[in-house]
Amino acid sequence: MADQIHSTKLQDKTERNVFVMLVMLAILVAIPGAVEIIPLFYLDETMEHNQHPEIVWDRPEGATLADWKAGDGVRPYTALELAGREIYLREGCYTCHSQMIRPFRDEKERYGHYSLASESMYDHPFQWGSKRTGPDLARVGGKYSDDWHRRHLKAPRSVVAESVMPNYPWLEKATLDPAQVKKMMRAMQMVGVPYREEDFASGYAEVQGKSEMEAMIAYLQVLGTMVRFEDKDYRN
Amino acid sequence: MATTQVERYSFDVVRWFTVMAVVYLVVGTLLGVYIASELAWPVLNFDLAELSFGRLRPLHTNAVIFAFGGCVLMATAFYSVQRTCGVRLWSDKLAWFTFWGWNLIIVGAVITLPLGLTSGKEYAELEWPLDIAIALVWIAYTVNFVMTVATRKTSHIYVSNWFFMGMMVMITYLHVVNSLAIPVGLWDSYSVFSGVQDAMIQWWWGHNAVGFYLTAGFLGIMYYFVPKQANRPIFSYRLSVIHFWALMFGYVWLGAHHLQYTALPDWTGSLGAAVSLAMIIPSWGGAINGMMTLSGAWDKLRDDYILRFLIMSLAFYAMSTFEGPVMSAKTVNALSHYTDWTVGHVHSGALGWVAMVASGAIYHMVEKLWDTRIYSPKLVNTHFWLATIGTVVYITAMWVSGIMQGMMWRMYDDNGVLLYTFAESVYEMHPYYAMRAIGGMIFWLGGAIMLYNVVMTIRQAAGRRVSAAVATA
Repeated sequence: MADQIHSTKLQDKTERNVFVMLVMLAILVAIPGAVEIIPLFYLDETMEHNQHPEIVWDRPEGATLADWKAGDGVRPYTALELAGREIYLREGCYTCHSQMIRPFRDEKERYGHYSLASESMYDHPFQWGSKRTGPDLARVGGKYSDDWHRRHLKAPRSVVAESVMPNYPWLEKATLDPAQVKKMMRAMQMVGVPYREEDFASGYAEVQGKSEMEAMIAYLQVLGTMVRFEDKDYRN
Repeated sequence: MATTQVERYSFDVVRWFTVMAVVYLVVGTLLGVYIASELAWPVLNFDLAELSFGRLRPLHTNAVIFAFGGCVLMATAFYSVQRTCGVRLWSDKLAWFTFWGWNLIIVGAVITLPLGLTSGKEYAELEWPLDIAIALVWIAYTVNFVMTVATRKTSHIYVSNWFFMGMMVMITYLHVVNSLAIPVGLWDSYSVFSGVQDAMIQWWWGHNAVGFYLTAGFLGIMYYFVPKQANRPIFSYRLSVIHFWALMFGYVWLGAHHLQYTALPDWTGSLGAAVSLAMIIPSWGGAINGMMTLSGAWDKLRDDYILRFLIMSLAFYAMSTFEGPVMSAKTVNALSHYTDWTVGHVHSGALGWVAMVASGAIYHMVEKLWDTRIYSPKLVNTHFWLATIGTVVYITAMWVSGIMQGMMWRMYDDNGVLLYTFAESVYEMHPYYAMRAIGGMIFWLGGAIMLYNVVMTIRQAAGRRVSAAVATA
C-alpha cells in the first residue's frame, strides 16, 4: 500500500522527502517575485528621469538646498522637510492619505498632474498609500497657506466641517531635536539620498528651535512642487 | 503516580498558543471596533497621540494578523503536524522559544506602535529590533516544524503540512527582504529601497502576507480540521496536488495588482492583474475540496456547530477569492482602488475566512487538548451566528461606501465640472462607517463569547481532573 504511487513519480518523491519538498518550494516561490522586482532596478524606462534628466535637480557646485526653487526638479528634502516627513510617518498619515495620483481625468482635476516614479526616488520608505479616507496629498504643496495648515492640523473640523481627521494639537508644543535630524539625514545618505557634507551643518541650524508643526507644514508645502509640468509630457 | 506520565505529544505549548489566540482575537477585533468608531465619531481620538487613528490602526492590523493569526497558525501547525506524523515535536525547547518569543514581540508591538515608533510600511510597521526578533522566532518555528515532519512515522507527508511549509518558506523571504533597513537609532530606521521599487517590494510582501500567511497557512488548517471534524477523508487527493502547486506558484505574482495605474510600470501591474484573474481556479480548487468533503454528510451541519464554522469559512473564502480577481481587473480597480471596497474585501477574507476557520479549529482543538466536550455547544452556535451576521453587516457597509466613494470622486455635472468635493464624499460615508463599527461590534461579541466558553471548558476539564485524582487517591 505505502509503495503504491497515486500521482506522478516526482510528486510521490516530493511527498516522501520533506527536504525535496522544501527545496522545490524555495525555488518555485522565489521566481515570480524575482521576475517582477529585479527588472525595476535596472530597466531605464522605470524612472522617467532617465529619458528626461531635467526632472531631477542638477545641483550646481556650492549651491545649498535653500538655493533650489520650486520646479527646478526633484531634490533631497531639506532638514525641516525631512523632520516633517518623519512626523508624517510617525502619525500614520499614510493609513488615510495617498501620495499617488493616477492618470485619470477626475484625478487630474482634483489633485493635479499624475505622479511620476522619479518624484518619489528619494522617499525611503515610499508613501504612496493605499486608501483615501482623506484626499490625496501628492500635490498638496502650495494649495493652502501655512496658516490654513496650522489651523487644519490643530483642529481639522474648524476649517473642513465634514472632516473625520484626528486633531494634532501636540505638534505645536513639541520642539525638534537638531542632533536627531542630523542623524536622520546621515541615515538617508547611507541609503542613497545625495546629501552633501555641508547639508548636515546647515540642516542642523535650519531646524534649531523649530516646532514639529513647522516641520510638518514645510513637508506638506513641498509635496508635488519639485517637478515643472507645464508643456511637458513625461509618459508615452 | 499517574502525574509523572509523559504525554504522547507535546501539547502543552499548543494549549498555550490556543488560549492566547482566543485572547488576541478579542483584543485585536476590539481595537478594530475602536478605530472604526473613530472614523464615524472623530471625537473618540480624544486629542491623545497614543489613541489617534493613525497610530492605532497599525496596532489593530498587527494584533489581528500577527498576534491572533500567528498564534492560530502556531497552535494548529504544532498540533496537526504531531497528529499527522505520529511523532512528538522535534524540539520542545524550540517550541517554547517560539511561544515566548512570539508573545514578547506582540508586547513590543503594543508598546511601540502607539508611541509612533514605526517603519512607515503598511502591514510591516514594526521597527528593526522587532523585525529581527520576528525572523529568529519564525525560523525556529519553521525548523521545528520541518524537522518534526522529517522524523515522521508515515511514509507520505500529509497535505496540510505542504501548505504550512509553503507558508513558512515564503514568509521568510518576504519578511527578510521587505524589512531591509538602515537604522537611525534603536527605534527608527529607513527602508533601503525607495519610491517605485519600495512600493513593489512592499506589495509583494503585502499581498503574499495575505496569500501565504492568511491563505496557504489557513488552508493547511482547513485540510486537517475539516476532514477531522467531519470524520471523512478529504474529497480529492488529485485536486489537492494540483491546487497546491498552482496556488504556491500563482499567488506570488499578485502584489503588483495593488499598484495599477500608479507610477509602477504598466507591464508589472498588468502582469499582476492577469495572474490574479487566473488565481480564481486554484483558490476555488481549495474551497471545493473542503466543501465536497462533506458530500453525502451534509446533515452533520444540523447539530455540529464546529463544522458550521469550518464550512461557512469556506463559503466566505470562495466569495472573497472571487471578489479579489474581479477587483484586480483594471477597469474595476480604477474605481475600487483607494476606497472602502478594499477594506471590505480584506475583512470578508479576514473575518469570514481566517477568523471563522480558526474558530472552528480552535473549538476542535480545545475538546481534544483538554480531553473534554465544549462547556456550551449552544454558545458555540451563538458565536457562529454573531460572527456570520457581523461579517455580513461589515462587508455590506463597505461595499456600499466603497462603490459610492469611487462614483462620487469621478462624477461630473452637465458643464463637465466635478460634481462633488472630496469633503462631500467624506460626509456621505458617515452612516456606513457607523454601520461598519456596529458590524465589527457584533463580530467582537461573538469572539468574547468564545473566550468565555473556552475558559469555562478548560475550568470544567481541570475540575474533573482534580476530582478524578481525589477519587484515585
